Amino acid sequence: MLEARNVRLWYGDFNALKGVSMKIQPRSITAIIGPSGCGKSTMLRCFNRMNDLVEGCRVEGEVLFEGRNIYDHYDLTELRKRVGMVFQRPNPFPLSVQENVGYGPRIHGLASGDGLRAAVKKALQATQLWNDVGDRLTAPALSLSAEQQQRLCISRLLAVAPDILLMDEPCSALDPMATQNIEELMLELKRDYTIVIVTHNMQQAARVSDFTGFMLLGELVEFGETQTIFTAPTDKRTEEYITGRYG
Amino acid sequence: MKQETAIRLILLGLAMSAVGALAVITTFIMKEGLPVIFRHGLGSFLFGTEWQPNAEPARFGVFAMIVGSAAVTGGALVIGVPVGLGSAIFLSEFAPRRVVTFFKPAIELLAGIPSVVFGFMGMLVLLPFIREHIGGRGASVLAGSIILGIMILPTVIAISVDALRAVPRSYREGSFALGATGWQTTWRVTLPAARAGIVAAVILGMGRAIGETMAVIMVTGNSVQIPRSPLDAVRTLTSNIALEMSYADGEHREALFATGVVLFVIIMCLNTLANAIARVGKRD
Ligand SMILES: Nc1ncnc2c1ncn2[C@@H]1O[C@H](COP(=O)(O)OP(=O)(O)OP(=O)(O)O)[C@@H](O)[C@H]1O
Ligand SMILES: [Mg+2]
Repeated sequence: MLEARNVRLWYGDFNALKGVSMKIQPRSITAIIGPSGCGKSTMLRCFNRMNDLVEGCRVEGEVLFEGRNIYDHYDLTELRKRVGMVFQRPNPFPLSVQENVGYGPRIHGLASGDGLRAAVKKALQATQLWNDVGDRLTAPALSLSAEQQQRLCISRLLAVAPDILLMDEPCSALDPMATQNIEELMLELKRDYTIVIVTHNMQQAARVSDFTGFMLLGELVEFGETQTIFTAPTDKRTEEYITGRYG
Repeated sequence: MKQETAIRLILLGLAMSAVGALAVITTFIMKEGLPVIFRHGLGSFLFGTEWQPNAEPARFGVFAMIVGSAAVTGGALVIGVPVGLGSAIFLSEFAPRRVVTFFKPAIELLAGIPSVVFGFMGMLVLLPFIREHIGGRGASVLAGSIILGIMILPTVIAISVDALRAVPRSYREGSFALGATGWQTTWRVTLPAARAGIVAAVILGMGRAIGETMAVIMVTGNSVQIPRSPLDAVRTLTSNIALEMSYADGEHREALFATGVVLFVIIMCLNTLANAIARVGKRD
């Protein structure tokens, strides 16, 4: 349902992606791993065209979403509604919990009044945040703990009913306990959503993902089922990286 | 080591001189202005509508001037804030860098134009225009509001731009990633996040408008009266001082200082308010 075909990307003169192709399977978790600066985030941000916000950024190649190239006259609002993104640092808006989760439905005119309240509740329940914050929906979102903030950001996404969740190191600002909780949440969400996650943490990739792509210097070195990548990689560089012998 | 101490003392002295000047000015204005206020009574000074320094007995009521200052300042905000905030949003959120590099110096230049030039332009262009196309004699609250509205633009724009720029990128990204448009992001996320700084910008613009003298004298007509329409002439607190200071003596002169006391208190309150709000904004 989501496929990158020979994606090349430049930040000014710098060639950050050198022809990446990968196919994301529905209702699965795909992990992108690789050393710092190899282009993981850049690749992820190609899927919802967040790179468009970067001045001097140029993209070639195709990203097909349901068979249509999102770089060819695709409505950005529609795209980002359906392909949502969770960031490395939890970034709730400096508004109340309720306004955060209701933000998407409101700007897209999906719900209002009782319908909006119901949507907010459902989205908070989906991330198991409802029990914690259900009785203080008007509290400032920034007063929540880091893990709760990240859950809130995920709820905020779910409220616009996306198909795909892009997560850029969603646990790197969290402690081990919170990380484990978010990982469990991802496994839960996999039943209804297609997830692509960027992570530095190889154990995390091994634990949660079904497919793994290993990137190096703007290239996708190897892509396949997580189990295969971690037990029998075909490329020597992948093996060096996952066994910790790289750099 | 000795040299170090000496340098520190010199710098301290220099820093103190600014505070010292403030102290001297404050004491002087208060000493000259307060007695006459208490002699005539605070109520009749602030709320008296007659200003007749040469009558027997003299009457010093600054209420019409307070209303005058409030009217042109309010008008200046009505004109200057939407334009200034709009420009700030454009510069910080939408304008390509090339446009910003052209606009910013232009706005700074606007801040550098002497107020007498604004007043002069007002007399030559604005007053005849109002007289011919809108009504009244030209010199009016409306004219003062327009001129001051333009004069507070640099303050409002510069401080609002700073406030908007201080909003973390991650808020905007979060909004865009949900499919929001640029305007939805600005209106629902960036502006609320920058609220405190923007309020501070408005208050500082207000302080600038209240304190302005030369341009106001040249375009507001200066009659001591409570305006009934925007086309009526008014006199502001600042104009009152500047117009009469050269020939006033005795109690009249003291009454002008007393007008200064009123201005001083208003501006001090505004600055304190702006600082307090900016602080609250930082804490959020
Ligand atoms: N806005 C930008 N302008 C210029 N170069 C950029 C920009 N963003 C990223 N880069 C460069 O592109 C390359 C890939 O960056 P990217 O953020 O995708 O790496 P990453 O694999 O996500 O790294 P990390 O693990 O540190 O997050 C890096 O060399 C980076 O310096
Ligand atoms: Mg990254």
